[in-house]
Amino acid sequence: MMLFADPLFGLPAWLDAVIRIVIVVLAMTVIVVYSTYGERKLVARFQQRLGPMRTGPWGLWQGFADAIKLVGKEDIRPKNADRWVFELAPYATFIPVLLTLMVLPFAENWGVRNLALGVFFVFAVLGLNIVGILMAGLGSGNKYALLGGIRAAAQMISYEIPLVVSLLCVVMITGADTGNGVGTLNLNTIAALQEDRPYIVLQPLAFLIFFTAMLSELHRAPFDIPVAESEIVGGYFVEYSGIRWSMFQLTEYASMWGFAVFGSVVFLGGWAWPFGVDSHWAVQLATTFTKALAIVVVIIWIRTTVPRLRIDQLMNFSWKVLLELSFLQLVVNGIILYYEWPQELLALTSALGAAFLIFLIIRHASARSTKGLLGTYRTLGASSS
Amino acid sequence: MSIWPEERLRALADDGFETVDMTINVGPQHPATHGVFRMVLTVDGEKVVDCEPYIGYLHRGLEKLTENHDYRQAMGWWDRTDYLAGMACEMAYCMAVEKLGNIAVPRRAEYIRVMMVELSRILSHFMFLGAFGADVGSFGTSFIYAWRERERIYDFFEEVAGDRMFPTYFRPGGVQMDLPDNYQDRVRWLLGSIRQGLEDFDGLLVGNEIFVERCRGLSPVTPEQAIAWGLTGPCLRATGYKFDLRKDEPYSVYPELKFDIPTGTTGDVFDRFMVRMAEVWQSTLIVEQCLDALSQMEGELVLNPDLPKTLRIDSGECYVRTEGTKGEYGVYALARGGNKPYRMKLRSPSFCNLSALREMVIGTYVADAIIILGSLDIVLGEVDK
Repeated sequence: MMLFADPLFGLPAWLDAVIRIVIVVLAMTVIVVYSTYGERKLVARFQQRLGPMRTGPWGLWQGFADAIKLVGKEDIRPKNADRWVFELAPYATFIPVLLTLMVLPFAENWGVRNLALGVFFVFAVLGLNIVGILMAGLGSGNKYALLGGIRAAAQMISYEIPLVVSLLCVVMITGADTGNGVGTLNLNTIAALQEDRPYIVLQPLAFLIFFTAMLSELHRAPFDIPVAESEIVGGYFVEYSGIRWSMFQLTEYASMWGFAVFGSVVFLGGWAWPFGVDSHWAVQLATTFTKALAIVVVIIWIRTTVPRLRIDQLMNFSWKVLLELSFLQLVVNGIILYYEWPQELLALTSALGAAFLIFLIIRHASARSTKGLLGTYRTLGASSS
Repeated sequence: MSIWPEERLRALADDGFETVDMTINVGPQHPATHGVFRMVLTVDGEKVVDCEPYIGYLHRGLEKLTENHDYRQAMGWWDRTDYLAGMACEMAYCMAVEKLGNIAVPRRAEYIRVMMVELSRILSHFMFLGAFGADVGSFGTSFIYAWRERERIYDFFEEVAGDRMFPTYFRPGGVQMDLPDNYQDRVRWLLGSIRQGLEDFDGLLVGNEIFVERCRGLSPVTPEQAIAWGLTGPCLRATGYKFDLRKDEPYSVYPELKFDIPTGTTGDVFDRFMVRMAEVWQSTLIVEQCLDALSQMEGELVLNPDLPKTLRIDSGECYVRTEGTKGEYGVYALARGGNKPYRMKLRSPSFCNLSALREMVIGTYVADAIIILGSLDIVLGEVDK
């Protein structure tokens, strides 16, 4: 399937790139509109409600109705806001996220550009996201926004490290898989190397760390501290309305899907597993989409279930648990790969590490466990005089 | 523990780098203030240095209004004090009027009253459980879970009184009318549903390590402090001090009912939460006993038949205190002839509990201040009267 590797229809490279960008952006917009709808429906089900039901059959046009409403709203700028910083902030958050979508392989070579440094590019660009958030926080002239922006920056710095290190663990292993001992940062190659087994099998701990750090980067529950609804009322975008607010929403969902596709490519086998690298491109596309959808659904599921962490607990978890475990994983991988021990050992050590992480959390919780406290009160009531 | 070590901050300050405390205005329109309460937090980074509560946004002057209404007409105002548990307020008001005018209450009416008051307590506590979950950040799921049980109880209130939140079902000398057909069997079904709802909460929040982590050990209160601050109700019992007016100064038919007073140990936010959960369970036991007793006295009177068309009380003075849903709900009444009280005074538990807020939140994080406020379970109708 080298159809998409070359420029489409023999067009010049720049025109080819423009067409691909337009396709990706349009597809992403539709997916975002429907993921807001899907999230609302899903959350409603988790909460024993129906969700949107009035606009079209089962409320299917709700996303478009929301979009029209948002575009029609007044674009308010507070009087004491820093004009240009305030107005440019939504774009400064959105463009980096858009750029990450440029290198994601949705099927074999089916992306805008197939960069040799794909993983590196994603993180180099995604790091710029925080600039827009800080701009929004500082430029709004609102203290909630300021707190939200500062919280976002602190959180970003803390979780970027475990996130990148957990991905490095996978990149190390690709070195053993390519055969020449040199790892690859090319996302397309990483996906192709997982034809037999996805890397989550070899690196469950890295996947857990990646997933946790991803939730934090996305400001999703339980790490939605920068946008904490009940504390700082939306955080950095509290002063935005209308189209600028919807840019932030677009960014949030686009980056969620971006991360989901990225995670499915790096850890879940992308388009290559389980149907192989020779499958039809439509099958590959569906495979990637299904895996990304699974990740998105789990993110939403977590959001509806768990409460929010406090900022110091968040920091502690990152610096005292995730960072150490991710570096441990890196060192163990290095030792195993250097001596060329069998890959089963990688899976074993990483699974042990993942079990250790889960054990840490459970022990921490059960040390102060209260499960069954209600039960004791209940029996007390029965035995009272 | 601070995010930034104290020494580091001090070193920075010594170098001429000055930090300035920031004031954040929380409320009167803020999702976490449960109404129109306002507090101005002075924060140093994320730490709360000072807190100044402002109240009075919901002041309607209902004590004065009561002085201008007939004894029975004024009932409607008292529903609106603790508007989450209207029946419990009516109970206290009616008891005060009955004590002033030496009005007897039929036994069946007493049992109906206690049943309704306990259902109100469940209603109010479920509101707390749901709103508290939202404060901690569980994205509305706990809120909707609580709403389900609340709506069911409200339906039962509507059936006897014609209104949901402000039933005005009690009358000085009994209750307005007898229970509808088949009501008691359906209340039994309702109790099962409430217990199931409680189990759901146990699984959703109490079983969640993030929730426990957030609440355990936060703003612990000793019994001495609690008494000095004038805390009553679940906030006092959470400290381990067993004080409940239903047991300590029994009124109505409470002496004939078997129930237990759940207490906590440390008085922290988590204990306040658990005490309320346990109280819901105890209230279901009380309602069950009331139903048993009511089935023994079918067809008896529910309203004192000897009452005149207009209640006139020559003179008298009394203070009646009941265990409201939030604490000691006391009504001071003074009559000097005529069909209106000369003076009515409400000792509202929310107001007294709220006065401890400042001491509780200083030194905690912004996120903690929100859940400490939530754990006090204030109702602004009662605070502002």
